[in-house]
This record gives sequence, structure tokens and C-alpha cells, in this order.
Amino acid sequence: MPLAKRIIPCLDVDKGRVVKGVKFVGIRDAGNPVEIAKRYDEQGADELVFLDITASHEDRETLAHIVEEVAGQVFIPLTVGGGIRSTANIRRMLNAGADKVAINTAAVSRPEFVREAASRFGSQCIVVAVDAKQVSAANAPPRWEVFTHGGRKPTGLDVIEWVKRMVEYGAGEILLTSMDRDGTRDGFDLALTRAVSDAVNVPVIASGGVGNLDHLVDGVIKGGADAVLAASIFHFGEHSVEEAKRHLAAHGVAVRLTQTESAAP
Amino acid sequence: MSSVAVIDYGMGNLRSVAKALEHVGRGDSVRVTYDPGLIRRCDRVVFPGVGALRDCMAELERLGLDEVIRECAKNKPFLGICLGMQGLLDHSDENGGADGFGFFSGQVRGFGADLKDAKTGARLKVPHMGWNEVHQTRPHPLWEGIAQDSRFYFVHSYYAAPSAAGDVAGTANYGHDFAAALARDNLFAVQFHPEKSQQAGLTLLANFMTWDGRA
Repeated sequence: MPLAKRIIPCLDVDKGRVVKGVKFVGIRDAGNPVEIAKRYDEQGADELVFLDITASHEDRETLAHIVEEVAGQVFIPLTVGGGIRSTANIRRMLNAGADKVAINTAAVSRPEFVREAASRFGSQCIVVAVDAKQVSAANAPPRWEVFTHGGRKPTGLDVIEWVKRMVEYGAGEILLTSMDRDGTRDGFDLALTRAVSDAVNVPVIASGGVGNLDHLVDGVIKGGADAVLAASIFHFGEHSVEEAKRHLAAHGVAVRLTQTESAAP
Repeated sequence: MSSVAVIDYGMGNLRSVAKALEHVGRGDSVRVTYDPGLIRRCDRVVFPGVGALRDCMAELERLGLDEVIRECAKNKPFLGICLGMQGLLDHSDENGGADGFGFFSGQVRGFGADLKDAKTGARLKVPHMGWNEVHQTRPHPLWEGIAQDSRFYFVHSYYAAPSAAGDVAGTANYGHDFAAALARDNLFAVQFHPEKSQQAGLTLLANFMTWDGRA
């Protein structure tokens, strides 16, 4: 079996708690990020992403402590995003135990920051997060624009040109979120995912819109994503990461099955 | 009780390696250090790293660590990880080229921009990032308890191409087969990150912490 497609649960952290309504059976403190990270690790998550959704200075420090605690117990790659604006921020997160940082708004404000970060820390730990919104008319060829501030602020940047530029600057991976689909549970924007995946030679993580396990399959097979990120389908306890992997495996997608690898199809 | 030195030369996420070793160790002393004296006193040595070999070797020389690495590689259980594996070969093509320690004879080569899957012809992205199967090409104490073809976490754009097939302990496939693990006497080196490879990786590190350095 070839390189596995990765399943990445995303934890949105606000003031030290995971938000978006996490409901695991058997966890009393449902919003505790360390407990949730451990649970996902046990289920076979391939990586974890922590997004600091408020990203004030104090919250970032709180998140660094969370990452530190998780990193002592969970031995898979950890990515931290939200408010990463300086090489000092990056150094702090890497020292806390993060393996990668996701840079979003700061890349738009000052693209050279990505170049500096990649040359200082290596491309392998620099993820550029892109929030994309379709701006073309329904009957026109699709075109997407980069947005910041949770999809509220247009930047005038074309998504395809932007991701190519970010890879040229040293981004080692692209975290691509469709703002049109985020929170809808209607599935990934597959045309967007495919266009970005074909445009760059680094891995693309598809994000935004997952509502069921078939959406994950589509993201990989139709969208060409190297990894799929989801929050609510895992948080609400509808599906475990392991179920998601078995579903992908049943559709012929290579995944890392931890419990009974030898029994994989 | 055993002591292990994680060589700190300012490149890579040493904290992750140290945390994983502490997790599997049974009260073992894990020292992240650039002190040659301390490295000499430890029972075993981990040589980690990410980045390009040229920068790595320059930093090791600047910190006076090249000599102690040569010394420890002669007799202590020694584990190279990622760039710390690549540095054990003769030479790397990365970044204009750089010489390594040459404990294993061979080269470090790039995957290149037009890498394709040998079976399907599909384009393969570089870096090789994610969980791939490692085929154990021969038994070794560090493979103990790890299922054949278990997946480990990789992130790299260059790979080791040793000249002696006998030095290879494991292979992975990305466009073509490449050496995922090298082993000879007290030396073991892996391209993947055991500290980020969950149970399989932790088992390998636990094996390393009790290994007597005999292949």
C-alpha cells in the first residue's frame, strides 16, 4: 500500500477550551483539549491541528501550555495555528512541542514572513493556511479569492496564484479551507480542492464542510487531497477516526490502520 | 537505568525526541545537550535533526561536536533520526552538496520534482510527508515487537542511497524503494520520525533504550 492519506481532527481552542460543542461519551470534561487529543490519538488520528480562534497574546500562551501537555503524551505530529505572526511565535510553539505552525493572516499581510519562517525553521514545519471563497458567477469558470478574518475580509488575491507563490516562498504544506462550505456539512468544495492540489507540488489538506464519511472519500479521490481535516463529525461523536479510516480503506484509499493493520483490504 | 544524550545543535524539534524517550524510558536520564563531556558520559546517543546537511555539519563543527559524534559512533548504541541519518553517509546532494560523517558508505539524493508512482504513474508530491510502510529487510533488536510493514511518519525531500545493501535494515517506497533504516554494529539510523510515529515509533525507541548495541 502506498503513502497513507491522513485524517486530521481539528481542535478549535478558545481560552483553553475546545469549542464547537465536543461530546465524547465517557469524558466528563468534554472541552478539555488534552483529553480530546488523547482520545483522537487512541482512535488512530494521523495528526492533530490546534487552532487558536481568539489568538490574543494570553490565549496563545495558554495554547502553548496545552500543546506542551499534549506533546508529552501524544506522539503524532501536532500543528498549531491562529495568530502566528512572528518568528518568536513560531519558536515558542515549536519549543512547546508543536511540529508545524499554520500561518494565515500574517502571510497575506507580509508574504516575506513565510520566506523568513521557512528559511529559519525549514519548510517541513511551515503550513500556509488559506481561506478561500468562490467569487466567480455560477455559469463562469470557477475562481476563488483568498479571504482573511474568518472569511469576512477579501484580499483581492487569486487562490491558485497565491498558493503557488506561497510554495515558492517555502510553504511545506497548504491547509485549504473553503469558507463557502465551512460549517455547512455539505462536503468539501471539490473543484477548489482539485484545482489547488493540481497547482502545487506540496501536500494539500482539505478542510471545510465535512458532514459524513463519504465526504472524506470524495476529498481524497475527487479532490486529490493528501489529507482531510474535520472537526464536528468527530467532536459530536458521530464517527470515530477509526471508523473514518475503515470507510476510506473500503473505498480503496490507503490509510494507516493501527489496530489490525494486517486485516486491511 | 540508562542515560541517553540527545545531541542539540540547534536544528530540529529536539523536545519531541526527548519527550518520547522520557515516555518510553523507565526512569532513564534523557539529556538534551551540546556538552561533549556529558555526551561522552551517557550510555547511548541520539543524533536527530531536520534541515539541510551543510548547515548541520557547519553547526556541529562550530560547537565542537563532530569529534564526539565520531567517538560515540564507534562503540555506544547510536540512533540517527531523519537528517541525523543522512549525516551518517558520505555525502549529500542537498543545497549545493555537503560531506557527512561517512559511517555508512553512500550518498543522499533528492526525490526530484517529477517523481511518479512506479505502478500508477501518478505524480508524487515532494516532500514525502506522512505515514508510509516500512519493510524490515532483516531482523534487528530495534524492530522487536513491531509488525512487518508498519507505518511510520516521514517528512523529507532527500533520501539515503547506501552503497552496501548489507547496511539496509528497512525500506520504504516513494516513487522507488529507498533505505528507511540503516544498521551496522552499534549504529542504527532511520529516515522516519519514531518520536512522531505513535505506537510503532515508541516501540522502536523503547527497544533502543534497552539495546546493548549488538546487531
